[in-house]
Amino acid sequence: MEHPALQAFEQSQMRKEYPYFQAGDTIRVNTRVIEGEKERLQAFEGVVIGKSGSGMGETFKVRKLSYGVGVERTFPLHSPRIESIKVVRRGHVRRAKLYYLRERQGKATRIKARQKQNIDLNHMISSPQNALPDTPAPVAAAGNETVEQGNE
Amino acid sequence: MVKAILGRKLRMTQIYTKDGRLIPLTAVEVGPCPIVQIKTEKNDGYNALQIGFLNKDTRLVNMPMTGHFGKSKVDPQRILREIRIDSVEGFELGQEIKGNIFESGDKVDVSGISKGHGFQGGVKRHNWKGGRMTHGSMFHRRIGAISPGTGQARIFKGKNLPGHMGHEKVTIQNIEVVKVDAENNLIYLRGGLPGPNGGIVFVKKTTKTKTKKSK
Repeated sequence: MEHPALQAFEQSQMRKEYPYFQAGDTIRVNTRVIEGEKERLQAFEGVVIGKSGSGMGETFKVRKLSYGVGVERTFPLHSPRIESIKVVRRGHVRRAKLYYLRERQGKATRIKARQKQNIDLNHMISSPQNALPDTPAPVAAAGNETVEQGNE
Repeated sequence: MVKAILGRKLRMTQIYTKDGRLIPLTAVEVGPCPIVQIKTEKNDGYNALQIGFLNKDTRLVNMPMTGHFGKSKVDPQRILREIRIDSVEGFELGQEIKGNIFESGDKVDVSGISKGHGFQGGVKRHNWKGGRMTHGSMFHRRIGAISPGTGQARIFKGKNLPGHMGHEKVTIQNIEVVKVDAENNLIYLRGGLPGPNGGIVFVKKTTKTKTKKSK
């Protein structure tokens, strides 16, 4: 049995709400950049090529082309340095990890938009922390098992 | 004030600092540890507290130990451990030592039994290099020369050889206490600890550095 206080401790650090997204989606990640004293937002927009981990340690990889050079960045989903995540476009892909994009260029990297576009781009999912502290929430990794409307 | 306690390693987790950096942590459930016996200089030649950890089913306790726990009117404990102290004043039998003896920022030493790896060869156990795997090497992960030539004509004691690896007492010194959850007897220590999740660890104030509080 997992210690409820330990779960609560982790959930207290998790993002309360964030948009549902998965591999193939194009997202914009607004990160906080600290320059000396000042803090500003910097956006990183690209295709999600994979998610890994669960719970507090969940991360996702975003790939984009920057001046013709492929750039990939791994973000911890619950990092306070991420100000917000916005879904720009839903993509239809048939695998969970899109590492094959690394070997492709130009047209070959296109990802079809997800058909039957009734998925709200702002469909938010919430971390289980709202259930606390009275009832320990299920350890279900938010994101992987969430209801995915209209993917068929 | 006692600054030592028995605990159980729960698992590793992490915490974000204010500026967004991630610190690896190990969550340890410490205590409550009832005092089972108080040893005094007069009686035993030295001052110490014997503390217990984790209750034990009374059916599993043999008669001598039943008597021992009966003396202090403490429930039978699975683990017993002595802590040397300067003076036994202010301690009573049955009094519980809890997680609130630590505060964040303290430095501690943690002892535990490391994970057992069984009988392992020298490459894994002592980081030998081994030989090449291909090109007809015929020498892959074997023991090489273990002694100098005829001058010594013997093998020095303590020569590292294959053998049982792990499952031994390991102490990691000077670990930072990052967070204390006194209510739930949980402490969060920076970095990893010896032993498997669920393993018993002994946490005490560090002997390594002199912090402000060590005075």
